[in-house]
Amino acid sequence: MTKRKFGLGLSLMLAAGTMLAACGSDEDTSSTDTGNGGEGGEGTEETSDFSVAMVTDVGGVDDKSFNQSAWEGLQKFGEENGLEKGDGGFDYLQSQSDADYNTNLNNLIRRDFDVVFGIGFLMEGAVAEIAAQQPDAQIAIIDAVVEADNVASVLFKEQEGAFLAGVAAALMTETGKVGFVGGMDIPVIERFEAGFLAGVEAANADVEVDVQYTGAFDKAELGKTTANRMYQGGADIIFHAAGGTGNGVFTEAKERKEADADANVWVIGVDSDQYDEGQVGDANITLTSVLKRVDNAVFNISEQAMNGEFPGGETVVYGLADDGIDLADSRGAIPEDIMTQIEEFKQQIIDGDITVPETVE
Amino acid sequence: MSNRVTNILVPLVSVILGLLVGAIIMLVSGYNPLIGYTALWNGIFGDLYTIGETLRQITPYLLAGLAVAFAFRSGLFNIGVEGQLIVGWFAAAYVGVAVELPKIIHLPLAILAAAVAGALWGFVPGLLKAKFRVHEVIVTIMMNYIALHVTNALIKTVSDGGDRTERIFTSASLRSEFFQNLTEFSRLHYGILLALIMVGVMWLILEKTTLGYELKAVGFNQNASEYAGMNVNKNIILAMVISGAFAGLAGSMEALGTFEYVSSKGGFTGIGFDGIAVALLGMNTPLGVIFGATLFGSLKYGALNMPNEAGIPLEIVEIVIAVIIFFVASGYIIRLLLLRAANKKKEAK
Repeated sequence: MTKRKFGLGLSLMLAAGTMLAACGSDEDTSSTDTGNGGEGGEGTEETSDFSVAMVTDVGGVDDKSFNQSAWEGLQKFGEENGLEKGDGGFDYLQSQSDADYNTNLNNLIRRDFDVVFGIGFLMEGAVAEIAAQQPDAQIAIIDAVVEADNVASVLFKEQEGAFLAGVAAALMTETGKVGFVGGMDIPVIERFEAGFLAGVEAANADVEVDVQYTGAFDKAELGKTTANRMYQGGADIIFHAAGGTGNGVFTEAKERKEADADANVWVIGVDSDQYDEGQVGDANITLTSVLKRVDNAVFNISEQAMNGEFPGGETVVYGLADDGIDLADSRGAIPEDIMTQIEEFKQQIIDGDITVPETVE
Repeated sequence: MSNRVTNILVPLVSVILGLLVGAIIMLVSGYNPLIGYTALWNGIFGDLYTIGETLRQITPYLLAGLAVAFAFRSGLFNIGVEGQLIVGWFAAAYVGVAVELPKIIHLPLAILAAAVAGALWGFVPGLLKAKFRVHEVIVTIMMNYIALHVTNALIKTVSDGGDRTERIFTSASLRSEFFQNLTEFSRLHYGILLALIMVGVMWLILEKTTLGYELKAVGFNQNASEYAGMNVNKNIILAMVISGAFAGLAGSMEALGTFEYVSSKGGFTGIGFDGIAVALLGMNTPLGVIFGATLFGSLKYGALNMPNEAGIPLEIVEIVIAVIIFFVASGYIIRLLLLRAANKKKEAK
């Protein structure tokens, strides 16, 4: 009797284990493949002796935002230079908490990667510390400035893209009211806000902007309630710079569009092209997205480093002029005549005729 | 089977079972469990650096575990360790940045500030529980959110709109050149000693003082304690204050040792919540907390090396670690099974 029970328990356990494992492997098939490829190709067809790796912040490598974008940049770089994933090629490590950054950076440096990227301002302290301990390592950090000879700091002019989003929103709004949903109240997000406000102001000073910060990048439900309040209050276009929280903004807009196909609700996405997020049946509520091309930046820095021109000790700033920032294709959501006006503003920013403020006055 | 043999067998069998199921999960997902576990081992004990970092990871778990365990012994469920840790972290970092004093004053002052801040955060739910019978679980959960957002706002004010404070003055730092040289620049700091001393302090309070006796009595049965002439309300408040102070100290470990600054957070650190598991694994005893914190800290830190060395995705690693902890925590079931097996053998004879 007891034996049978024990046997039952054991088989249940095995079944549970298998199921759990199956779930895991489903999600990870893509990375499994590349992983195996890396092992197989290791050392056999080394076309270049340059290697590069990155550490994600707590968002993880599949955050649909800048971590993912950075990894795409690395993958593209690896592909073009015949590198394999793994040692001596390109690789990434994910962080689960702020305390993991040091270890992950150190691990990659010990595996002799020529350049190691720290993705995100959260890693500022860790990069500064490791850079001092490992003076021979080349480290690049995205979205923060670390003053050290072996660190390249990469910043973006988010305000320039947000400015164009503001222009688009101000020219497209029918209610005369638009919204901005921010994540945490930090300098990077403030640049988005400042640019958006300036853009609205420049295109149509009569348009009102409702600015709300949710205080988090991972709280979709907060984004949803905030968006609900804004749409309720008469706003018809919301620009979000809130990572995962912004997914709630999309949910709210989609629900409104679903309930009423004629509802005039729009969302402007951020970081990557969020067109797919806005699909409702045949309609789409994504007006456009402010692109932050972390992938281009990662690619460029890697290339420079490979050519022996790693910009250590420098701060590199990417903006509209050098394809670091852009607006995504609106796929017809923005009519031709407004597009022309946006293009004009864009040209003026590139030419330096307009300087977009970084902070809210 | 004698009692002693079962006592040794139970944890051993639980760990082995956990490792086995973890291995099956890795195998089915297409990874070699041997390579995976070697990476885990190397991630914990691989070299002096990883040993130092593992100890560093264990330090806040020790104190968070003590905080939860202490409240548990007095019959209170302190879920607010997370919030108390966050305010402690901020308080210590603030004192570390705001003034520059000789080390002998500055460091104790910063540590004390963290303990006081944590104690204050524990005092509020304690008071509400004692005076108005508001359940401490609800209040402490809410206090966690208040702590998170208040400290974020304070950090912004202190850093003139930035997202983190300056580095603390070295006079407030727990970091030790001696440990760093010993462990190839790991972030191991003197906090581990403080945490171990606190384990002793908790044992002393609980086992050797009248206060501890009363706290435990209140934990066992409030009505009986009151009938025996103890001031139940005072003891509830005291228990939460002391528990909060332990949690605040855990925060000072991060502020003065691991990070040497405080940055605004988008979410909780998780250390406080893991502290609940640490305390329960250790059966709420001081020595047990050492065991729980060591297990949690080592696995958590060692797990980082599995994607690094063995290429196993973090998601699988998390499942494997969770399975191991699950089996260790369910030691009771294993004990039951072992006893049944022993009885059966007896019957067969």
